[in-house]
Amino acid sequence: MTPTYNFAFLDENTKRMLRRALLKAVAIPGYQVPFGSREMPLPYGWGTGGIQVTAALLGPDDVLKVIDQGADDTTNAVNIRRFFARTAGVATTERTAEASVIQTRHRIPETPLREDQILVFQVPEPEPLRTLEPREAETRTMHALADYGLMHVKLYEDIAQYGHIATSYDYPVLVDGRFLTSPSPIPKFDNPKLDHSPALMLFGAGREKRLYAIPPYTQVESLAFDDHPFEIQRWEHQCALCGSGESYLDEVVVDDCGTRMFVCSDTDYCGEHLAEAVA
Amino acid sequence: MYVAVKGGEQAIARSLELLAEARRGDPATAELELAQIRQQLRLGVARVMQEGSLYDEELAALAIRQAAGDMLEAIFLLRAYRTTLPRFGYTEALDTTRMRVRRRISGTFKDVPGGQVLGPTYDYTQRLLEFGPTVPIATVEAEVPLAEAMPRVLDLLDAEALIERIDAGADPEPVDLTRKPLMFPANRATRLQNLSRGDEGFLLGMAYSTQRGYAESHPFAGEIRMGEVDVLVCPEELGFAIEIGSITLTECQMINQFHGGNGVPPQFTRGYGLGMGESERKAMSMALVDRALRCDELGEPAYAPAQNQEFVLSHSDNVEASGFVQHLKLPHYVDFQAELSLLRTLSAQHVRHASDRHQAVPEQALEESQA
Repeated sequence: MTPTYNFAFLDENTKRMLRRALLKAVAIPGYQVPFGSREMPLPYGWGTGGIQVTAALLGPDDVLKVIDQGADDTTNAVNIRRFFARTAGVATTERTAEASVIQTRHRIPETPLREDQILVFQVPEPEPLRTLEPREAETRTMHALADYGLMHVKLYEDIAQYGHIATSYDYPVLVDGRFLTSPSPIPKFDNPKLDHSPALMLFGAGREKRLYAIPPYTQVESLAFDDHPFEIQRWEHQCALCGSGESYLDEVVVDDCGTRMFVCSDTDYCGEHLAEAVA
Repeated sequence: MYVAVKGGEQAIARSLELLAEARRGDPATAELELAQIRQQLRLGVARVMQEGSLYDEELAALAIRQAAGDMLEAIFLLRAYRTTLPRFGYTEALDTTRMRVRRRISGTFKDVPGGQVLGPTYDYTQRLLEFGPTVPIATVEAEVPLAEAMPRVLDLLDAEALIERIDAGADPEPVDLTRKPLMFPANRATRLQNLSRGDEGFLLGMAYSTQRGYAESHPFAGEIRMGEVDVLVCPEELGFAIEIGSITLTECQMINQFHGGNGVPPQFTRGYGLGMGESERKAMSMALVDRALRCDELGEPAYAPAQNQEFVLSHSDNVEASGFVQHLKLPHYVDFQAELSLLRTLSAQHVRHASDRHQAVPEQALEESQA
């Protein structure tokens, strides 16, 4: 632990500000709460929002897991885990089941989460309407009026042009029937895990200075049409390591001839599944 | 055989060693001392303090050395350190009319009360590389000392009511952008705060665009002054202001043409720029962008990027911009995989449609020939 810094880097007043903003976020599911995002010692766009949320949550008894792309050993995940081990001295783990706080970038673990766990998402762009309307003043008004026609038209145009909705990640959801929300750039494969999740889900966007939340057991609906229902990705392959046919697979190029293999993106799930298969 | 990639932690550790080695360079050469950086690279120190939003020459010098001269990295280091500093309070508004001026020029009047003072400037060097060691030059004391008080050039126009009047204290209390998020529409005090922390290169480009027809505002450099200004704080328990030191500032007041509108008569208008240390390019750029951003208030048509406050203020910060641009080097395997499978579906669909059409054409031709 680094003694010259406060527990988990941020000072207690800043944590208090963050906790107040998080309480507001939980009270209004899916609403983007502006907050006084601090400049963190990691670059913007690399998880500063998630890090601030995690710093506000962590207590000495917490067990922290950090994943990026589903894996514990990707360099940015390692770096964030090292940061909290150094500034908070908390226990860290790679096991989903053992963690009390899980900070993630781009995935939701395959292992189902529990009520006593919190999932913290790193969010690059909290505004689901941003690519359709760049002006913040406009998008805030749209949310206030629950005017989401723009997004429905976009999805409709996808169908008209390609025959189906051409959004494969960061697929927009409606939280608690009210706020259109970005699930962060998780593949749409993970969207169903957001619906009625027993675990609290917190989202931090540091650069954009917004927090939002999906409280436990909240209805989360991925946008779709009656004649074009929401579908998730499916693979013809199984994981080449553990044989799972249910997890999200990464494609890996293994030689110069372009030979591919498919492996679980969630490394903890893959390891567990492999151990079970062997036993 | 592929195994799940492991070793991120070790890779980071080795990378840090390589970085430390590269940063130090040849150990036979002496390491840079902070005093050398502070004194001999003072303009770099000024930029790091300004955009790092922390006036501390020693820490800025440390950051520059640690960042191996990469100014944006040094600014980032200083900002991250700044986050951890307790906030004791806020100073009184700085009074730049009481600046102990070392440089002061006006592009609008040949001579002004107090005189034109070039001070230390690169403007009239001839940009010839000086090979060989720098020869120390003995400066000569001026026969007449600089005037104690130097009136603001713009105040001379103010007396004639030719320039818009800005009442001291009329601005709303500025929000602290390092404590509160930027919200739109932002008032002028908030915009100026954002611009003063903004990237010099970005502001320079934005300012330049206003000179090339994108929100032309016909500017004149009314006055640029640089020197030392006292910093006052008024501790609650004392009830009166005390001086805690002085800092070097560069201030630029632009004069811009304005043909009247929004109920305002034709008159000159102002653009304002302020930077820590000797930062003339930044202060001038800031003043031009400030003026362009006042288009709504003055009822001017807003069409150019420099007039769009969401565009300018959301993209001016180099710590934010640098982080987000460079985050693209982080893994995006999962999203890329999602896009790959989507693209494969779309591409298969395209091939199917194309072959359907291909088959359809000869049949149609056959029918026509039979008819």
